[in-house]
Amino acid sequence: MATAVKQFHEEEAIGKTYDWQIARRLLRYLRPYARTLVPALLLTLILNALRILQPKFTQYAIDWYIVPHRLGGLRWLALAFLGVLLLTFILSYVQTVLLETVGQRVMYDLRSELYTKLQRQDVAYYDKTPVGRIMTRLTSDVDALNELFTSGVIDVLGDLVMIVAIAALMFWMDWRLTLVTLLTVPMLFSVTMWFRRHARRGYDRVRTRLARINAFLQEHLSGAQIVQLFNREEKARAQFHELNDDYRRANIETIFYYAIFFPLVDLIGAIGTALIIWYGGWRVMQSAPFTQTLSLGALVAFIQYLQQLFQPIRDISDKYNVLQAAVVASHRIFRTLDQPISITPPTVARKSGRARGKIEFERVWFAYNDEEWVLRDVSFTIEPGQSVAIVGHTGSGKTTITNLLMRFYDVQRGRILLDGVDVRDWDLRSLRQNFAVVLQDVFLFSGTIESNIRLGRDDITEERVRWAAREVQADRFIERLPGGYKAEVRERGAGLSVGQKQLISFARALAFDPAILILDEATSSIDTETEQLIQKAIERVMRDRTSLVIAHRLSTIQNADRIIVLHHGQIREQGTHQELLARRGLYWRLYRLQYSDRTMHAELKDALT
Amino acid sequence: MDDLRKFARYFRPYRRSLIFGTFCVFASVIIGLLVPLIVGHAVDDLSAGVTWAKLTRYALTVLGVSAVSGIFLFLQRLILIGMSRHIEYDLRRDFYAHLQRQPLSFFHSHRIGDLMARATNDLSAVRQLAGPAIMYSLQTLFVILLILPLMLRISVRLTLLLFTTMPLVSLTVKYLGQQIHLRFEKIQDFFAQISARAQENFTGVRVVRAYAQEEAEIEAFNRLNRLYAERNLSLVRISAAMRPLLQFLIGLGFMLIIWYGGALAARGEISVGQFTEFNLYLTRLIWPLIAMGYVVNLYQRGTASLKRINAIFAIQPSITDSPHARAHPPINGRIEFRNLTFRYHEHAPPVLRDINLTIEAGQTVAFVGRTGSGKSTLINLIPRLLDPPPGTVFVDGVDVRERPLAQLRASIGYVPQEPFLFSETLAENIAFGVAGASRAEIEWAAEVAGLSDDVREFPAGFDTLVGERGITLSGGQKQRTTLARAIIRQPKILILDDALSSVDTYTEERILTRLREVMRERTSIIVSHRVSTVRDADMIYVLDEGEIIEMGTHDELLARGGEYAALYERQLLEEELAAS
Repeated sequence: MATAVKQFHEEEAIGKTYDWQIARRLLRYLRPYARTLVPALLLTLILNALRILQPKFTQYAIDWYIVPHRLGGLRWLALAFLGVLLLTFILSYVQTVLLETVGQRVMYDLRSELYTKLQRQDVAYYDKTPVGRIMTRLTSDVDALNELFTSGVIDVLGDLVMIVAIAALMFWMDWRLTLVTLLTVPMLFSVTMWFRRHARRGYDRVRTRLARINAFLQEHLSGAQIVQLFNREEKARAQFHELNDDYRRANIETIFYYAIFFPLVDLIGAIGTALIIWYGGWRVMQSAPFTQTLSLGALVAFIQYLQQLFQPIRDISDKYNVLQAAVVASHRIFRTLDQPISITPPTVARKSGRARGKIEFERVWFAYNDEEWVLRDVSFTIEPGQSVAIVGHTGSGKTTITNLLMRFYDVQRGRILLDGVDVRDWDLRSLRQNFAVVLQDVFLFSGTIESNIRLGRDDITEERVRWAAREVQADRFIERLPGGYKAEVRERGAGLSVGQKQLISFARALAFDPAILILDEATSSIDTETEQLIQKAIERVMRDRTSLVIAHRLSTIQNADRIIVLHHGQIREQGTHQELLARRGLYWRLYRLQYSDRTMHAELKDALT
Repeated sequence: MDDLRKFARYFRPYRRSLIFGTFCVFASVIIGLLVPLIVGHAVDDLSAGVTWAKLTRYALTVLGVSAVSGIFLFLQRLILIGMSRHIEYDLRRDFYAHLQRQPLSFFHSHRIGDLMARATNDLSAVRQLAGPAIMYSLQTLFVILLILPLMLRISVRLTLLLFTTMPLVSLTVKYLGQQIHLRFEKIQDFFAQISARAQENFTGVRVVRAYAQEEAEIEAFNRLNRLYAERNLSLVRISAAMRPLLQFLIGLGFMLIIWYGGALAARGEISVGQFTEFNLYLTRLIWPLIAMGYVVNLYQRGTASLKRINAIFAIQPSITDSPHARAHPPINGRIEFRNLTFRYHEHAPPVLRDINLTIEAGQTVAFVGRTGSGKSTLINLIPRLLDPPPGTVFVDGVDVRERPLAQLRASIGYVPQEPFLFSETLAENIAFGVAGASRAEIEWAAEVAGLSDDVREFPAGFDTLVGERGITLSGGQKQRTTLARAIIRQPKILILDDALSSVDTYTEERILTRLREVMRERTSIIVSHRVSTVRDADMIYVLDEGEIIEMGTHDELLARGGEYAALYERQLLEEELAAS
């Protein structure tokens, strides 16, 4: 448990030292789109220049036309302004589209890379990592990265340029008034910083308290009956009120900061305006007709520039938070991408293609965790075409044998051979293609019946799908479904019975025509008719191929060429059904216990007498 | 509309906030609008010549007016948004209280995830309806009402010119905003499909690997991935227009002022100051115009969410105290089933058929039978987790439906099949159904339930947190904790629904022995698959397909050689095997 807790914390805590490495790695993802990105950045600069131009129009309107009472040419000034507006509109539209296009492309690449990596990742990885966490990598973390493009973090570069440009322009227009005006900037800056700090802390508090409310609700709705049975309604309500109230208080506290921030920014704006009127006004009066140091128009333009200066300063810290979140997310994504894969195809495959089907286990030892051996010194051989049944109590290691055979895991000691070649020397893909498995818990994907039989293999024709279904007699129920083979299968096969799902998985196995069949029979009880259907399906699929069966059905066991009895990870007995019964050992007892349900009572008596 | 009328009730306690908040909005708007007026005058004075002192007075007035307006702005947000948080609190409180009164059947027909979505997303949309939507509507309303005469007084034509073009800003926000939102939601739905598919793949990883489907899966995922990126890009083509378009429309307003207003000023029909004033009014109009479109969207989303929440409020809890329920004398523990036939729905086949049996107070009675034979249903009728038909289930001779629910349930200790614990400490979990239980009582209950040895191993003993944030208990430990939780109530009736299935037989034996002492004089009802659990019961009933097929003591049933005897034989074998 200690290691689990540690891993959990590592998951959350991200060191800041990696920031640069991450930035550099992120740039690699941008490189393919440089042709889109560079124009977008250029546009950002041009747009800022255009925005800075706008107050100038007001200035010129006042200085050139209004004050001297001149009408001619004002129309052209207005039209020029309209032109600037249109240009700004078009360019900023193009700029946004370009930037977001890059964002979408990069997200596509990242998702694709992640998914590919996850498909190659070991089965053991999935044992250790909750699916929810994997999903977070693929969804929210990738989204957090996209925020870089959509929320205008890229614009920050432009914003900085703009602040400097506006300040320079103001200095050029009147450096003394500029100095006075810029007095408000440190005020605004510190107010913004103060606000961000509190708002962020408040936001964190709101979020954690909401999470607590949700956790409580989730738990108390799932356990609503327990609450009622134990007369805890009052207490639960009181607990909920407390959480609800905590949340409300956190929110109201946050409102306070927002409520104070916006008026304060307005007030600082007013201070700026007042300063411009006061000092600038004085300067306008000072300027005698011949020593025009500051015009009235310039004064009005100054007021507008002040507004333009405020916006980016207010935004920068906001965007900084987005940047931080994106860095954390990319760190997590990169770590998933960097996770080593231990089960890889051999550099030089000694064998590939279709196997004959000879399986050998040579003194195999295996443990999922260090030294907790699940298999100890297991050896056996299955000749091509043979069928072998493995029986044993729960936890005896039956399923592990099939997992190792398909190289979901690698053995710690000993080796496993297919057609005389170590499975680790087989081309991984063709090794697995030699098997078809029918698992106890049939896994159906959402799609159609047909797509569940064919899976992703396009070379399996529609005829073959139908043939396979017919062979295992699944055709009858499939054809009765609305849509037949095209009938929709909902998530995990909801709406189909256990028996029907099994028949589909038999059809799937048959359609794939594997050299070796691995079958983990279901223990669940189904009605007699379906039971007979499944029985026949099993026989059909097993015909003409090597099969390894984790057996629960009496008939499967009886018809097997050989039975291996596993007990606590070791082979305890081997032989045919009759041989083992005659021995009256472990198999005999196991057999009586597990296979003596009501329908087989009679058979059992026959066998024992 | 009906939904809104119901919702209006929630404003009643905050009428004063609403009135005062409205006043603050009004005050901040009217005072804030003085600033353009002052600046305008200052500019006029500047072009005419002005004294230093007058200039200083202008500057200070701008500051003072802004400060006063700022105070009202502060109050307005604090009061109105604060009010929406109070209403959110009330609504959430009622929502939870309502859910908590719902019976088992409600939770079978409503997924927890769906209820959670209503308690979070929908509630938050409704909150925005009660807060920001109201605040911004008021603000927009007052700004437009007050600014209009101020502008008209300068120039009717210029005002009209602006008011024919500027609503485009609101319309853009409303329509474009809505389009973007709709498309965005559609794309999110599509993304949910992709995630569901990916999740399916990760869950079924073994099948994917076994059939060597990785390449096909990657290809299929990338196809969806590409489609998703493309759909997003087509949305970008629309959404990217929003900000530039707003900026353009607003700029258009300024352009009109320069063109037409500039001409008016040049001709001397308005002063330079009034020209500046107009510019500043437009600046003040920008946000309210944007807000108007935004509010319409908030309203639409909020009312839709309100409907979803009200739909849940409309479901009355089906199991409640009957109007005739009176407090009967304390419960002794005699239970009777009379001609009980039970079905989940009117047209469903019966789950229990014609059950007639009496459990005397103080007896221990066991029910065995296969999964689906109706055992759990039968015992769920006693604490009214399910409602039996009238006149079929009696406790101490009184129909369970006629007893106050609280009294009935308080006399029952129930240990469910699935052990459900809360994310609290072990002690709190055990004392769950007893107010103010002492540590000694908790220890006693843990002792009886055979949990004491385990507790000693826990990092903080009884104060160890259980659940996600604490330690993970084993199945057996969970079951024993739920048993302790029932025992500590010292109930007249103890119900164990296959509650010791994850406990090994040796421990079970010990627990049952202790339990027998504790439960002397009290009624115990045990449901189990295991013969060892039920062996010593005063009476054992074997259920099959909702009917009692065998009854008797352990010895009697063994002698009969029926179902029960077969079960016994199998379990003996199992023990034997486990020992080898």
